[in-house]
Amino acid sequence: MRQPFPFSAIVGQEAMKAAMVLTAIDPSIGGVLVFGDRGTGKSTAVRALAALLPEIAAVQGCPVNAASLGEVPDWAQGVGTKIVKKPTPVVDLPLGVTEDRVVGALDIERALTRGEKAFEPGLLARANRGYLYIDEVNLLEDHIVDLLLDVAQSGENVVEREGLSIRHPARFVLVGSGNPEEGELRPQLLDRFGLSVEVTSPRDVPTRVEVIMRRDAYDRDHDAFMAHWRAKDTRLRNAILKARDALTGLQTPATVLHDCAALCIAIGSDGLRGELTLLKAARAHAAFEKATTVTRAHLRAVATMALSHRMRRDPLDDAGSGARVLRAVAEILP
Amino acid sequence: MMDRAAIALSLLAIDPAGLKGLWLRARAGPVRDMVLAAITMPLPLRRLHPTIADDALFGGLDLAATLAAGHQVRSAGLLNTPACLMLTMAERCAPGLAARLAQALDTPGHCLIALDEGEGDETLPAALAERLGLFVDLGDVVWSDAALALDHAVITAARASLPQVQVPTGAVAVLTRAAAALGIASMRAPLLALAAARAAAALRGADRVAEADLRTAAELIFGHRALPQPEAAPPQETPEPPPPDQDSANNTQQDTDIPDEILIEAARAALPPDLLAALNAGRAARAAKGASGTGGARAGNRRGRPLPSRAGRLGTGARIDLVATLRAAAPWQGVRRAQYALARAAPPTPIPSPPGGGGAPGTTAVLHGTTVAKTPPSPPVGEGWGGGDMMSAGAAVRANHLHIRPGDIRLKRYVETSDRVLIFAVDASGSAAFARLAEAKGAVELLLAAAYARRDHVALLAFRGTAAELILPPTRSLVQTKRRLAGLPGGGGTPLAHGLLLAMATAIQARARGLTPTIAVLTDGRGNIALDGSANRAQAEDDASVQARAIAASGLSAVIIDTGNRPHPSLQTLARSMAAPYVALPRADAHRLSAVLSQALQ
Repeated sequence: MRQPFPFSAIVGQEAMKAAMVLTAIDPSIGGVLVFGDRGTGKSTAVRALAALLPEIAAVQGCPVNAASLGEVPDWAQGVGTKIVKKPTPVVDLPLGVTEDRVVGALDIERALTRGEKAFEPGLLARANRGYLYIDEVNLLEDHIVDLLLDVAQSGENVVEREGLSIRHPARFVLVGSGNPEEGELRPQLLDRFGLSVEVTSPRDVPTRVEVIMRRDAYDRDHDAFMAHWRAKDTRLRNAILKARDALTGLQTPATVLHDCAALCIAIGSDGLRGELTLLKAARAHAAFEKATTVTRAHLRAVATMALSHRMRRDPLDDAGSGARVLRAVAEILP
Repeated sequence: MMDRAAIALSLLAIDPAGLKGLWLRARAGPVRDMVLAAITMPLPLRRLHPTIADDALFGGLDLAATLAAGHQVRSAGLLNTPACLMLTMAERCAPGLAARLAQALDTPGHCLIALDEGEGDETLPAALAERLGLFVDLGDVVWSDAALALDHAVITAARASLPQVQVPTGAVAVLTRAAAALGIASMRAPLLALAAARAAAALRGADRVAEADLRTAAELIFGHRALPQPEAAPPQETPEPPPPDQDSANNTQQDTDIPDEILIEAARAALPPDLLAALNAGRAARAAKGASGTGGARAGNRRGRPLPSRAGRLGTGARIDLVATLRAAAPWQGVRRAQYALARAAPPTPIPSPPGGGGAPGTTAVLHGTTVAKTPPSPPVGEGWGGGDMMSAGAAVRANHLHIRPGDIRLKRYVETSDRVLIFAVDASGSAAFARLAEAKGAVELLLAAAYARRDHVALLAFRGTAAELILPPTRSLVQTKRRLAGLPGGGGTPLAHGLLLAMATAIQARARGLTPTIAVLTDGRGNIALDGSANRAQAEDDASVQARAIAASGLSAVIIDTGNRPHPSLQTLARSMAAPYVALPRADAHRLSAVLSQALQ
């Protein structure tokens, strides 16, 4: 398997890259939705992220990547006793996936050949403590969306089928990408994504030329290209790890909480998830910037991606929701 | 067109992985067969069909072989090894399959030839059209003109020399600028063009990309992606000259000195403009329908009419038709039991696992208990045997068990049609309101009376005073409708814009529920109340025309019915911006109205 395109070699698309780095720092922000034109590097960025993420420590052979032996589910088979380092799982959820593959099902092979009733874990188990990536998320079948909504909310997958009664942790960062021309996302699913970014093709010729040059170099001179960018990727990974540590010692003044609430009221976002995500994203951003306290500047930097998908749609506003958030930010957080 | 086809096929044969594939738009026929016969790929050729299942694409547990072998046997998927995939009837390709093939194309190695037999609006899903490098349309080629000769020796030599082809430094910039000038937003297009230019140079036997190669690349890659040239094109192109100045300052253009216009013109001239317009119309229609139509049809709110069940393999969400399966298996029970008894008597011999996936020759699951038995292969005795043998891990099976083979399995099928909903937006303003509302009510009731047979839903909203009001949400209930329509007040201003806004919102909501909405606007004049409720005629007309364009942009079908005594020119303009037919129907009665609407619904 060839290594994916390096994350730091992606030209432009700063908002998308920033959003992905923020979820890597604090997975509880709750995922990223990338919406935009075709051929803007959405999938490339997600696959690059997989290679960038730090390794996790997990029990060897555990189907849900448990961190300690005590957390290994009792139905798991073939689990070792050692704790090993493994790459953060990034699991692809293909569009035509069946319910069985997502939540897991009766292990048909063992049932038929040995007459045993065993659970075969699905994609949700594999994605635990990692990322679940759905390309073309707006085309996902409704019944699969319903499954995801529940699990993404509770962090636990409950299987009650074919005589099995099993539950296992399924905490993952949901990453979706899609093209808005092909269909809208259901509001319930939209709400489960912490951050959302819109990507467009770069408009100026030099940037576009740079994109083509780098991609061409990656395709034709793979090893030299990877060697050149690996150092930058490593630096970014270290910065993410440092920011994770810094997150606990970060000060959050009361004025920042007040600003969050005022901003969310101004744009009319439903529920309190907007405030929470905004605050978490601002904290992750502050930690990444090596600040010791969260400030208004941090809020401003993440407001668009945290709030733009939580606004009521206004069919008469051609400017798009991103611009409306910016307007509100300029008004509330001068 | 044949020259273009010859070059495209040569380039694809030289660099299939780089160019990703070919979108071949042609009817099935001798011309297409000839073109397909000329394809020689360095990759194995595999045919796909639009309803191919995931286990065939990605591989999966081969149940039959697993049972036979007693351990897990996985069948190899078509996408596991680099291949040249040929997708037949690509215009019927569902978005799910398109997305999976698109993902496969994003990993290097694969190449896809999409055979598009589309007519009119039908076209290749955008996810694939975007990724496939080349496009050839054989629509106008007649058999007598068709001649295609590819020199395989040259192609093989070119393939070998491809890695050595150099690209002058300015070429990337030229291709990128040309793509931008043609309105191609995707970054994949210039990358594909670069690969095409390299392959074209290799085809010439050159080791360096030259101007002619770039022009070929622009023709083949950009031609069908370009946005149709707007009527007033010249002003569009005049702002282009400044970039070259900048670039010569940056020394990026020192190697090639090709004015961008040459490439742009090459791409523009590559395809007839009406074909380009048709391609874009198809793309827009697909986008407007959202998810290429399947979403709407499939999400229909009824499970559909059952169709006769069909033989097939279990998996991918199929549901077994147990009765039909048993019926299919019944005639063979006697023979199978006899064969089974025979096999039990003979000593077991190892069974070679069936090659590949697919047909699973010879597996028997035995119902009635979970035991499965294993027998040696026996010579086929009749049609129903399929080279049958039974297998298992052991346990004794009584001879009177039911013997079911994979070939017996019948799957349930349903046909689903999505329901239509007709949304009436009725002008309830002024003096004419009373008569018009009565007509609309009559038409609604007439349509509903016929609705049970035609699966139509009806919704009614009235606009008067300062705002529109949804009087009847989409329904099929005649009783409810009559009750709600009983008292409907009229009078006041004409908030046409708000009426259109509400109609569109209702229509989009209905579409999300899997219905197919049509909007019918009944009015006799211009709007005079703006969206904000103020009585400002100019603002009101602006708002109405913005809403009309929004309706057109959402791909909703609509019809405007002018009930005024004299046809109103401003309503015709409104109908044009709504992309809706305009019908003048003075003094319409409910029957005529219902007839017109039934026609509009077809």
